[in-house]
Amino acid sequence: MSAAANTISPQLTFQHGIHPEEFKELSNLKPIERMAFVPEYRLPLSQHIGAPSLPVVKVGENVKRGQKIADPGGYVSVALHSPVDGTIKDIGIYTHPNGRELPAIIITTDAYSSQEFVGMESVDPYSLSKSEFIQKIQDSGLVGLGGAAFPAHVKFNIQEDKKCKYLMINGCECEPFLTADDRLMIEFGEELIEGIKILNHFIGAEKVYIAVEVNKPKAIMNLRNLASDNIEVVCLKVKYPQGAEKMMTSAILGKEIPAGGLPLDLGVLVSNVGTLVALAQYFRNGIPLIERVVTVTGTTMNRPSNVMVPVGTPMESLVKWCGGFTSDTTRILLGGPMMGMVQKRLDVPVVKGTSGILALSSEQVKELNEYSCIRCGRCLDACPIYLNPSHLGLLAKKGLWEEMEENHVMDCFECGSCSFVCPSAIPLVQSFRVAKGFIKQAKKRDV
Amino acid sequence: MSDQKLTISTSPFLKDAATTPGIMWKVVFSLLPVVIASSYYFGVGALVTTAVAIISCVLTEWFFSPRSAYSISDGSGVITGILLAMTLPPGFPLWMTFIGGIVAIGMGKTIWGGLGQNIFNPALLGRAFLQAAFPTAITTWNLPDGAFLDVQASQLAMPFMQSQADVVSSATPLAVMKFDKVETNTWDLLTGNIGGSLGETCGILLILAMVYLISVKIIKWQIPVSILLTVGILSLVFYLLDANNYPSPQFMILSGGLLIGAVYMATDLVTSPITPSGLWIYGIGIGILVVLIRLWGGLPEGVMYAILLMNAATPLINRYTAVRTYGYKK
Repeated sequence: MSAAANTISPQLTFQHGIHPEEFKELSNLKPIERMAFVPEYRLPLSQHIGAPSLPVVKVGENVKRGQKIADPGGYVSVALHSPVDGTIKDIGIYTHPNGRELPAIIITTDAYSSQEFVGMESVDPYSLSKSEFIQKIQDSGLVGLGGAAFPAHVKFNIQEDKKCKYLMINGCECEPFLTADDRLMIEFGEELIEGIKILNHFIGAEKVYIAVEVNKPKAIMNLRNLASDNIEVVCLKVKYPQGAEKMMTSAILGKEIPAGGLPLDLGVLVSNVGTLVALAQYFRNGIPLIERVVTVTGTTMNRPSNVMVPVGTPMESLVKWCGGFTSDTTRILLGGPMMGMVQKRLDVPVVKGTSGILALSSEQVKELNEYSCIRCGRCLDACPIYLNPSHLGLLAKKGLWEEMEENHVMDCFECGSCSFVCPSAIPLVQSFRVAKGFIKQAKKRDV
Repeated sequence: MSDQKLTISTSPFLKDAATTPGIMWKVVFSLLPVVIASSYYFGVGALVTTAVAIISCVLTEWFFSPRSAYSISDGSGVITGILLAMTLPPGFPLWMTFIGGIVAIGMGKTIWGGLGQNIFNPALLGRAFLQAAFPTAITTWNLPDGAFLDVQASQLAMPFMQSQADVVSSATPLAVMKFDKVETNTWDLLTGNIGGSLGETCGILLILAMVYLISVKIIKWQIPVSILLTVGILSLVFYLLDANNYPSPQFMILSGGLLIGAVYMATDLVTSPITPSGLWIYGIGIGILVVLIRLWGGLPEGVMYAILLMNAATPLINRYTAVRTYGYKK
């Protein structure tokens, strides 16, 4: 290793942003562990953005681990596979982690099965045509594992008139608490690099950047040792929301993604590290997306861990596996504390988009008195896309949605930095979400 | 585990430690040395004036606020009280101070809707009222009669009675400059051994307070720096042109209320611009107005009116200096 490869500088970054406490030390040294199988799995048919998957199995049917149980329900949709050897117990309406009642497949685990993969074959990706590759990705059930769960094949299927010059692999993991991507980069570095090479074979980007915040030195060192050719590991400053596409692009290329546009407008394609590890495993071993790494952590979680969890595992079982949480817990979150969602019940399954389960007490999530805006300007200094949250917040209080739209509230990607810094504890981003909802509804009515 | 009481809310779930009352009380804390210095120079009467101003402001706030509001405990009324007192001359009748506090909070703040809603700095608005209502009293600069514990007789004047000035009156450095063209030496200006309003005389303390408030990110450095630079540069130009008629830049910066105005009044978060370039426009505007009023106006001092005028321009400045959103062309 050369001397240059040893340094974790220069540290690139974007303007503005915030520095919340990281809390990564709770779990960043815990190797990824496998969770024991549980008696029953619940697989919602909507674990991705787009049309729900269509079941191809019947109640009572026996399924093998990794066997397809639902077909894509359209182009923007992916297949779904069984995480275990078992029997289809029911196909019906169950509670989704998003709180809605949605169709799901229930599978009873075969207690006597070895749960070995049977009949899974590796595929040589380099023998495929581009359309075959895209088809394979859709069949593998792959979605973006960063949290949004957008079908991967749609993102990777770049239109003929667009050219991808830069492939950016998002290993920032800028949300506090989460360490799943960090552990993946340390333990699955080879798979990650392999996944990148496979993807870039079809995309043909000139340059691949793996973007990692410098609070993950082990991951940086590991990937620097493995990276070759046009793959470069870039160090980004520890700052939230560094992992947002816009911020990462600004930090690495120094260019702004046009408003309302995609990174591809600048020739950039962004993908999460977890997605590429899963992609490599699919082509290497033929294993579709039936499990993912979840960071189970939080200040009141008894045994913070990074766990490889079969998709469909009840959260309650996963939390129990990690020792449960203490009685002063007041919030259970899915995802990170800045953009994650609060969870009221734990009898819902881990889905493809579940990146973390956090247990927090009132010590972290304080109930604060709201004061008037004192125009201190901290929110302006925090907003990564240079909005004026102070002004937008006043407009939101008056319900002036149109004025908010004129002030670009629709560009807000809801990172929550404004609410984090506001000394008056004004629910800024929360009110912007409401405003965006109203504006979208009004647009629908007008059409 | 599952029958625990979990709360529902939306992200973000983490919060920076800074709170609005925290910011306000830090400002109060930074004012303590200034208050102590004022009592050192002007006797215990300075403390009495400060106490009366604070009580007046907080009582007014309490009287006008809805009872559910926490505006009393947020510390902003206390700041207004201290700042108002610091802009008053020693020996200023206490009943006038009390009225000043009522006007500062009543007309400067609650009438607009309370904390965060006002256009003008409340303390300066209160002082502007006092200047209009009691022009003689507010320009009478009584020197303390020596003993620290003696409260000046003029302070204790009965309401609506003329104060019986039985003490030696002095002129402020600005008045001496304006009418006699004599400049006070820089050391006296820095240490505060001069006539003037209670809190404005000790330049060193105000500069230290500025450094503190900037370092804890409560005030934005652009405002005091742009004001002081503008005043310094403009007055240097005139000083170099005609040193006999125009004061030196260091005198312009250290005399009168410029420092306390630049550090505490102009930086009032509520009444100053919020945009990065707006801060400079605002500060430069104040600097220009101060120099104009001091050098060519009828009054020896112009900081108060300069800041109030730029307060009025702040909404406009904010609108015209709006920041370009990410991904948009200007």
